[in-house]
Amino acid sequence: MGILADTLAWLTDPTHWSGPTGIPNRLVEHVGLSAASLLIALVIALPVGLYIGHTRRGVALAVNTANLWRALPSLAVIAIVLPITASIDPRAGFLVYPTVVAMVVLAVPPILVNAYTGIVGVDRDIVEAARGQGIDERRILTDVELPLSVPVLITGIRSAAVQVVATATLGAIFGFGGLGRFLVDGFAQYTLGGAAQMLGGVVLVAGLVIATDLSFAALQRALTPRALRLHSSVEGPLA
Amino acid sequence: MDLNVDVAWIVDHLDELAYRTFQHLLLASIAVGIGFVISFFLAVIAVRRRAAYAPILAFSDVLYTIPSLALFAVLISVTGITLLTVEIPLVMYTLVIFVRNIAAGFDSVPTDVIGAADGLGYTSSQRLWRVEVPLAVPLIIAGLRLAAVSTIGLVTVTSILGDSFGGLGFFILEGYRRSFPTELYFGAIPSILLAFLVDALLVRMERSITPWARSAAVAS
Repeated sequence: MGILADTLAWLTDPTHWSGPTGIPNRLVEHVGLSAASLLIALVIALPVGLYIGHTRRGVALAVNTANLWRALPSLAVIAIVLPITASIDPRAGFLVYPTVVAMVVLAVPPILVNAYTGIVGVDRDIVEAARGQGIDERRILTDVELPLSVPVLITGIRSAAVQVVATATLGAIFGFGGLGRFLVDGFAQYTLGGAAQMLGGVVLVAGLVIATDLSFAALQRALTPRALRLHSSVEGPLA
Repeated sequence: MDLNVDVAWIVDHLDELAYRTFQHLLLASIAVGIGFVISFFLAVIAVRRRAAYAPILAFSDVLYTIPSLALFAVLISVTGITLLTVEIPLVMYTLVIFVRNIAAGFDSVPTDVIGAADGLGYTSSQRLWRVEVPLAVPLIIAGLRLAAVSTIGLVTVTSILGDSFGGLGFFILEGYRRSFPTELYFGAIPSILLAFLVDALLVRMERSITPWARSAAVAS
């Protein structure tokens, strides 16, 4: 039997679809950790990005800090956080928190930078028109700038979500569950028939990443104001 | 875990730190170098033949969504635990960043400038090297910075392929296995510093090779 058939057999084996080490539970762990990290990152990055976009204050500081964060290797972040959180909480501090912190660090820069870029990209004439009509600054941000920057904003969240779901697999190296578990355990027992488990894990992770990307693409379409939908989205450089 | 830093252990392992740092830079440089060359050609094709632009970008985007750990895992069954298994994923991830930024760099060259070059009788390769490439430098370097930094991060992950790879990531994995925080930090902090240092060097390089941009520096 070839390795592809082995992988298919592993994926379709009913015993791999139940229990705490089964695929559904690993999927829940993976999605749960990714969603929690993304939420924390949103709470941190969104207000900051919107604020500096609206006021143009602290732009250089925020963007430079975000770019610096982007340079932090996830594995190194996990390694630095692990001894600290593990000494506070021997269980969750060992298995969960380090990966969450690393994923938050990973997700903040794209969300922050895109929130800022989105707001700054709104036509100044529109903002000035709103201001001229006596609309207060808070409502200019929430009712004018925010809806118009939705496409750019969600692009940032989408990119953060995809990166987090893909990178959360690294947590398995440090004992966290999630779908990365299959990769790491399969690799560890590679010569003992772990290859099918490893490749099965690859299929599951890749599937989840693609599903995440497609979900956020759909969200982006749904949340984009109709007037903006006519413009085709332009693929810009990564900076 | 005992949080105390074992200074004696650090002093004892400085030669190994030097070796792993060198390995880290070597593994990253190979990937960034090869990735740059491949991307440069892809970007030239993408810009010259518009129809190829979208498929090339879509292809590189798909590559980027594959988790690094998964890519290493798949390749082990094809190329074994070799340098190829380390470099193929690293190169693939640089393609996404490079192709997009180099193509955007060429795109940013004003059509007037291209028209002027054509008017002066430049051949298409003269135009590429003397006009389009120099003007695309800022975006190309922005891509180079991102690619270098992300590759330096990914090299740490190659430590799962065994002790002969991983660069500074070797210490991270070994420190974890031995529950020895000193060694975790010994790998993690230098790998972060390495990423920052290389990024800072590339910023300086950009300033020195694009003197004309100095007066019009714009925060990106």
